[in-house]
This record gives sequence, structure tokens and C-alpha cells, in this order.
Amino acid sequence: MTSDSSGSSVSSGFFIPDPLGLSPDAEGYFGAFGGKFIPEALVAAVDEVAVEYEKAKGDPAFTAELNDLMVNYTGRPSALTEVPRFAAEAGGARVFLKREDLNHTGSHKINNVLGQALLTKRMGKTRVIAETGAGQHGVATATACALFGLECTIYMGEIDTERQALNVARMRMLGAEVVPVKSGSRTLKDAINEAFRDWVANVDRTHYLFGTVAGPHPFPAMVRDFHRVIGVEARRQILERAGRLPDAAVACVGGGSNAIGLFHAFLADQAVRLVGCEPAGHGIATGEHAATLSAGEPGILHGSRSYVLQDEEGQITEPYSISAGLDYPGIGPEHAYLKDSGRGEYRAVTDDDAMQALLLLSRTEGIIPAIESAHALAGALEVGRELGEDGLLVVNLSGRGDKDMDTAARYFGLYDGESAK
Amino acid sequence: MSGNIQLLSDTLAAARSEGRAALIAYLPAGFPTVDGGIDAVKAVFDGGADVVEVGLPHSDPVLDGPVIQTADDIALKGGVKIADVMRTVREAYEATGKPVLVMTYWNPIDRYGIERFTAELAAAGGAGCILPDLPVQESDEWRQHAEKHGLATVFVVAPSSKDDRLAKITAVGSGFVYAASLMGVTGTRQSVGAQAQDLVRRTRATTELPVCVGLGVSDAAQAAEVASFADGVIVGSAFVKLMLEAPDREAGLVAVRALAADLAEGVRKR
Repeated sequence: MTSDSSGSSVSSGFFIPDPLGLSPDAEGYFGAFGGKFIPEALVAAVDEVAVEYEKAKGDPAFTAELNDLMVNYTGRPSALTEVPRFAAEAGGARVFLKREDLNHTGSHKINNVLGQALLTKRMGKTRVIAETGAGQHGVATATACALFGLECTIYMGEIDTERQALNVARMRMLGAEVVPVKSGSRTLKDAINEAFRDWVANVDRTHYLFGTVAGPHPFPAMVRDFHRVIGVEARRQILERAGRLPDAAVACVGGGSNAIGLFHAFLADQAVRLVGCEPAGHGIATGEHAATLSAGEPGILHGSRSYVLQDEEGQITEPYSISAGLDYPGIGPEHAYLKDSGRGEYRAVTDDDAMQALLLLSRTEGIIPAIESAHALAGALEVGRELGEDGLLVVNLSGRGDKDMDTAARYFGLYDGESAK
Repeated sequence: MSGNIQLLSDTLAAARSEGRAALIAYLPAGFPTVDGGIDAVKAVFDGGADVVEVGLPHSDPVLDGPVIQTADDIALKGGVKIADVMRTVREAYEATGKPVLVMTYWNPIDRYGIERFTAELAAAGGAGCILPDLPVQESDEWRQHAEKHGLATVFVVAPSSKDDRLAKITAVGSGFVYAASLMGVTGTRQSVGAQAQDLVRRTRATTELPVCVGLGVSDAAQAAEVASFADGVIVGSAFVKLMLEAPDREAGLVAVRALAADLAEGVRKR
């Protein structure tokens, strides 16, 4: 037995909302970040989500149904895989991957989606809308809607429908309507804008199944709670496998859901560094990036105060990343809080470094990660080298790379019949 | 210099005493150009608008439909700045002596600085602001500065607003209350929902402020219908659409002036 308090309670269930009491305040603030900056038309609906979620959290039937789905549908717990051949490039530190890529639908996104889909049923709503960037949240949402017989519309930036065409086909196969969004930068932020417009008009029967830990309260805390299972499992698993807590927990951050899911169970473990890896795109100095915490300023986007990429007059600037799932100019408010409090550390990883990490993991371990997750792998290589041979890392492998094969093949020239270098 | 909240209240009271609804028009600043936008505001005043809301374009207008999104895009690509919005307000006010409000999303003001924004808007002769994504519970700091500078804070209420929430909002709002006629984003509609009348009734039960109805109104018949139960009729997308469709700038100005004249007749036919 270990002295692990949050890990030992995992036997009683996977869905354990916020046992550390690290909730936002009544208005949804984590320190200076969060809140509910929403149009009046959505106030009643957002409040309904908050009230219903509070009820659901305390309802053993809800917890039991969600835990049953996590085990028998998603396939939890997900494996923790040690990757020694990859770790040889990480300064010899021991590296373990939390295998959220092995979940049903291929990423961590299903954790949150199943929770909110059950909530949708509780609220008596029959239609679900969602935004998606890489398509992983859209696929997970379309999956849950098929499972529960809910009508489903997914908004996706037009650029993303092109670079993630496989996921568009998957969503349509599952019966969802996929709407390519042609406004603005035609990526994730514009998909969210369009989903909000739909929600305002159809709120009576529609739940907006928001896909990350951003948005108005209660979404940041609720989505985090549904993903806490990642860190709860990983903490227990690393204690069993390595006999101690890791030196660092590493994850990629776009909106920040997989990262907060991993980090949260380690928050009270002050010795565990929480390292978020942001997309630096072509490099922060080029201006073509989506490194919100590294290069942004506090502001309001999509319903909450957090860091955002913006100009001096508060116009949101267009982000860029090779990864559709990280191509977002905002970040969840709890990450902004973790950054400012110093508990979280955030570093930026370029497209090139992420793609090299993607190649390295594929070649050394036979695991093709999503480009999003490859940002965490690249960050882990750096942190591992800083720690040296005694280092111990847990890295969230948030999704699998199948959806990215077209982007990767073009990047590495695989369509030319050459092997990647 | 203090802002023109009193002018706004007096204008709405004058319409009421004439036994009619006020006509409130919306046009984005910087569309199609800064000077073109100023001319458009003057044209709708000339046509008969009592109040104009000048839009401060935003990169992420989540409450706007495709028409205003397109205009915002054009304005932002043209490089419109907050200084241009202030100039639009100033020139429109100085040319007409009528109340001019600013309507925008919260982030541009939050970023620009609340004190700086309210001081500049008051100095430009502005009458107040409509901030549809700044909910009442987040509005304390804004309202302190707006009040200090003589600016109205016009809150939006929606058909989904519950009665206790309406009371909370109207207790701290000023100028008028913007009642959204339906659940949705900006844009012209075939008909204005029956929800609007009920919302106006429920809102009036909480406040003496004028209650003006917006979203979806595009022609004189709809304006007359809304005027039968509201203190003001707010029209935006219909004006912007005319300007988008006009073959040239002059034709656009003629068209918006004519629509304002039609609508001004409509609000007198309650």
C-alpha cells in the first residue's frame, strides 16, 4: 500500500469529482480567471447545466452509469506504458506514457463526452452540438450521440475539415451533421463562435457539449472533473510501477482538457512539476503560433477571462499550429491560474520539434501519436534531458495519430515513396 | 465633459410623449470605410432615426449573424481602430445633436481600459454603451465608470430571462432596456416572435426604463407591429444588408436613408 489518498479511492469508482476541494468560486473564478461572460439569452441554459451537474455529482446512479461506461465502453483504465527506447533520447530519464490514445474513439475526449451526454439526458434535451478542431472531440461527441440516440451537429473550421478529413468521415458515419465553418480564421475558435450562435437559437432542446476546459462556468470545472480520471489512474499506476511519484507530469495544451485531466490529481503533490506544452507553430518570434500562455495577455474569449492571443485593442489574433487540436487563441482559465500561481509551468514547442517527436515515438516504440500529443512528447524530451538519468516522467499520450497521417505524410514526404528522415 | 445619457433619456421620453415608439438604428463603424460609416450614420439620422448605435467591430462576434459578421470583417480588414469609432460617434453627434451609443463585445473595452474608454466616449459626445456579453454580475466596475462619465449602460434581456433575473438587470441598467425579440443572433427575420411582446410586458413589470425591441426587425410593417407594444424599435442587419448589396457607396447611403424614413413612418403607425 502507498500513502496515496486520492489514488486509493479509485477502487470506489473512476469518476471522483474534485475531492481536493479545488473548485472555482461561486461565480466560476479560479483566482482572477474564469467567470461567465455570456449573452443574457444563454444565462438560463448555462445555469441549468451548473445546477444539473451539481445534482448529478451527488447522485450515485449517475456516477455508477458513468463508471460503467468508462470501464465497459471506453475501456478504462487506460494503460501506462514505459517507453525506454524513446526515453534514451530524453537524457535517460524514465518515461511512462498515459495511453489515452487507447480509449474508444482514440483520444481522451470520450471521458468528458460521456459525462456530458449523460447530463444531456438528465436535462431532457434531445439535441447536442459541439465544436471540434482536430475532430477528436467531434468524433467522441458523434459517438456518444449515436450511443444515446441524440441528434448531433458538429461545427468544424473549414481548414480543419480539410486537414482532418478522416475524422469528418467518421463523424458522418456515426450519423452526425458536420458543418464546415467558413468565417474568421476557419479553425477551432470560429467553430466555437458558430456553435454558440446555434446554441442561442436552439437552446430549448439543445445542449452545447463543450469540448475543453474553457468557456463559461461551469464548463472549465465540469470538463476537468470528467477528465480527472486520467491523473487519478496515472498517479496510482506510476506509484505501482516506479514506486514513487514522477518528477514531472507533461501534457500538451490547446484549450487544456487533457492536461488538466492529468495534472489535477498531482496538484497537491508539490514536488511533481506540471508541465504544459503549447504550440509554438513556426516559432513565437514569427507570430505564427498558438502559444497562448507564453505569448498572450489576459482577456475574454468564449465566455471566460483567461489568457488570449490578442492585439492592443482586444481583437483576437489568428492562431497557427500544424496541430488542428491546439490551433486555438485561448486557454482554460484554470491553466491561467496555475501559470500565474507558479504551480504550472508552460513551455512552447514548435511544429518541427513536435513532428520529430512524432517520428521518434513511431520508430522507437511502435506508437504513432496524434500531432497534439507529439507536442507533449517533444516537451518531455526537453524536460527529460534537464532531469537526466534519475528523472521520472509521466506524459499524457492524449490521442492516436491515425487522423494525422495525411498531414504527417506531406510533412515527411511519405507520399513520394521515401522513408521519413 | 460628461456623456449624453440625459439626451438619450430625453429623446426616448419625447417619442413616448408623441405617442409613438423611437427608431433606433445600428451601423458598424469603419464599414465600408470610416468616412463611409460616418456618412451612413448621418444618413439614417437624416432619414428619421432617433438614436444610433455605432458598432465597434470585433474579431469574434458570437452574437451576430452573417450580415453583421461580414460588415465587421470588412471594417477590421480596413484597419478600423477604437479611435475611429470615437470619431464616428463625435462626428455623428456633432452633425445631428442626437444620441449615439456604442455597441460592442466586452474584450475590446476590457483590453483598452474601462476608464480610458468611458472618458473618451463621453468626450466624443456618446450617450452610452450596449455590451451584450457583459452580464450584470460582471458589470460593477464598468457601471461605476460609465456613471462617472454620464454614460448609459443598456443591458440586453432575452425571452429566456426569468423574472427575478429581469429585476436584477433593470435595477442597475440605465438609458433603456434592450429586449431581444427572439432567441438567436442578429439578422433579418420574416416575423418577429410573439415572445417579444411577453418579454416587454415582463420587463416593464420591473422598471420605468423604456423597453426597446431588437433582433429580426427589417421593414416598416414589422416596425409598426413592434411599436404597438414597445418604446423603441431597433434595426441593424437590414441597414447593413442594404449597404452590402448597394452597387456603390452613394447608392448605399440613399438606400439606408430611405429605409430609415420607412421605418420612421412605421414606428408612428402603432
